[in-house]
Amino acid sequence: MGGILHIAYKLLVNDRAKYAALLVGITFAVFLMIEMTSLFAGILTRSSATVINIGASIWVMDPAIQTVANTIPLPDYVLDEVRSIPGVKYAVPLYSGGALLKLPDGTYQAVNILGLDDTSLFGRPILDGGNIQDIYAENAFIAVKDSEFYKLENPKIGAEFELNDHRGVIVGIAHVASSGLFGVPTLYTTYNRALQYLPNSRFTISYLLVEPKTPADAAAIKRQVAAAGYLALTKDEFIQKISNFYKYKTGIGTNMLIMTVISFIIGLSISGQTFYTFVIENLEKFGALKAIGAKGHELISMIFFQAAFVSLTGYGMGVGLCAAIIWLARLYLPDYAATITFYNLVLAFLMVVVIAAISSYVGVRKVLKIEPFDIFRG
Amino acid sequence: MAKTAIEAAALNKWFGEGEARTHAVKDVSFEAHLGEILYVVGPSGSGKTTMLSMISGILRPDSGTVKIEGSEIWSLSIDALAEFRLHKIGFVFQDFHLFPRLTTAENVAIPLILQKRNWDEALKEAEVDLEIVGLKNRAQLPPVKLSGGEQQRVAIARAIVSRPDILILDEPTASLDGDTGRNIVKFVREHILTDQRCIVIVTHDSRIYEFADRIVRMEDGKMTGIGRENLDAQ
Repeated sequence: MGGILHIAYKLLVNDRAKYAALLVGITFAVFLMIEMTSLFAGILTRSSATVINIGASIWVMDPAIQTVANTIPLPDYVLDEVRSIPGVKYAVPLYSGGALLKLPDGTYQAVNILGLDDTSLFGRPILDGGNIQDIYAENAFIAVKDSEFYKLENPKIGAEFELNDHRGVIVGIAHVASSGLFGVPTLYTTYNRALQYLPNSRFTISYLLVEPKTPADAAAIKRQVAAAGYLALTKDEFIQKISNFYKYKTGIGTNMLIMTVISFIIGLSISGQTFYTFVIENLEKFGALKAIGAKGHELISMIFFQAAFVSLTGYGMGVGLCAAIIWLARLYLPDYAATITFYNLVLAFLMVVVIAAISSYVGVRKVLKIEPFDIFRG
Repeated sequence: MAKTAIEAAALNKWFGEGEARTHAVKDVSFEAHLGEILYVVGPSGSGKTTMLSMISGILRPDSGTVKIEGSEIWSLSIDALAEFRLHKIGFVFQDFHLFPRLTTAENVAIPLILQKRNWDEALKEAEVDLEIVGLKNRAQLPPVKLSGGEQQRVAIARAIVSRPDILILDEPTASLDGDTGRNIVKFVREHILTDQRCIVIVTHDSRIYEFADRIVRMEDGKMTGIGRENLDAQ
């Protein structure tokens, strides 16, 4: 560290009251910004949980679909049509729907049922207990052990329930990459059993899951499906479509944005005000430094260094605090959806840079304005 | 004859615009020599601080020249002038202007640090100068823990730490009680003045006139007298 920056560092950290106020302000702002954006990121991730967990490369659906949770059944012939497209390695149906489960204690619990293609079981979860072959046994279902699992009364293999007056049996316990958004447990079964257990409309296929022969075939498949009047999206495109729905067609995105902006303003107000006071209190000393022989750019580097140091320290503390709070919240609230992503961190970092830049700009203006002659004049 | 340290010629400075325009320093010319203490005295508003600022490279005169050891300082760029002050001129401000959040030694070391000297080396040299001013045992204390006289000595140590040829003291007794102020200037006379250093003191404290070699008297922006005889007349 250059000597002049060493002085700047000491002036900053030795003024404990202001240093603490600056740190608290920026830490709090960063915490709020990351918490808000992480909550939103968590909601977006969970909203695409089925897409993530099934993991198909291409999803074929009705063009009116907005989220994976709202299905519009496809006619059976679409499956044959898609399978006939050159470049399709395979295509399988997926059933996705909601149902009410009657638990052994007599209570009802809403669940999400995913019916996998009977032949391939494409999209099956990773089993923690049980045998995947047992899914073909009578009344067989696999329960997903996620944050909603307890709502099924933590069933063991062999546990029974009722679904539309049908007997169901848990034959496997599995885990998946992402829990769902709506707080309901998930059960996997075969496609045909899902149709057999649940009331259906004329068409029954919720989605077609397609694997292209090569990644380059995806574009041609999408064109062919579009020509048939349906929509084919890659996994990432489908996730993006769902995210866009929650961002732009619900109030969630706007509310989160407002909260993030408010957090930014709070951080800017506290740190800007405190940093301004800090500079004003040291203004005469900066003037004395100028008289002694400090150059303008050296004084500017001192101010920028102080602003950058306190901002980065506050940023680190804010990130740490946010991570700790999310970890604590998840201990007690399994449904807590916040997820800190790289983009949340970058966004908060950029906002902190703006806070530091604005705060130091005010200080720099003051310091550049002070004339050493003013020090002599008192 | 002693070498000329400062040569001010026909210095003029105006402040303000229009009717409020004031001629603060009017055609002031004088010389200060190495090895002497020169006082600039006069009542408030007489222009002595303005004149001091112009000869120390802080306030640009509207006309006239200032030569320090033969070099015209106002032809230098702003950065070069700052560099010049850093190496050639030491300042002791009226209110000391010590950083309360730094230790005494760190305050003294500031000019060396501005000269890009190594931090530890600068602190070591600062302690040498604190020893000169009798405050080595206060090196690690913040200035707020020191008395006014001690703070003044710290400011003097800071001013001499880079071994400047010219030392500027602005009202050195103004913030001190009578005895302390007198002792400080006596100390400067006995321990800080050397054959290779010129000390300029701005003051209106007549109790310390006895320590001056010559006095420049100012009134209404004009120089009304200079010399030893002026001092003897006090």
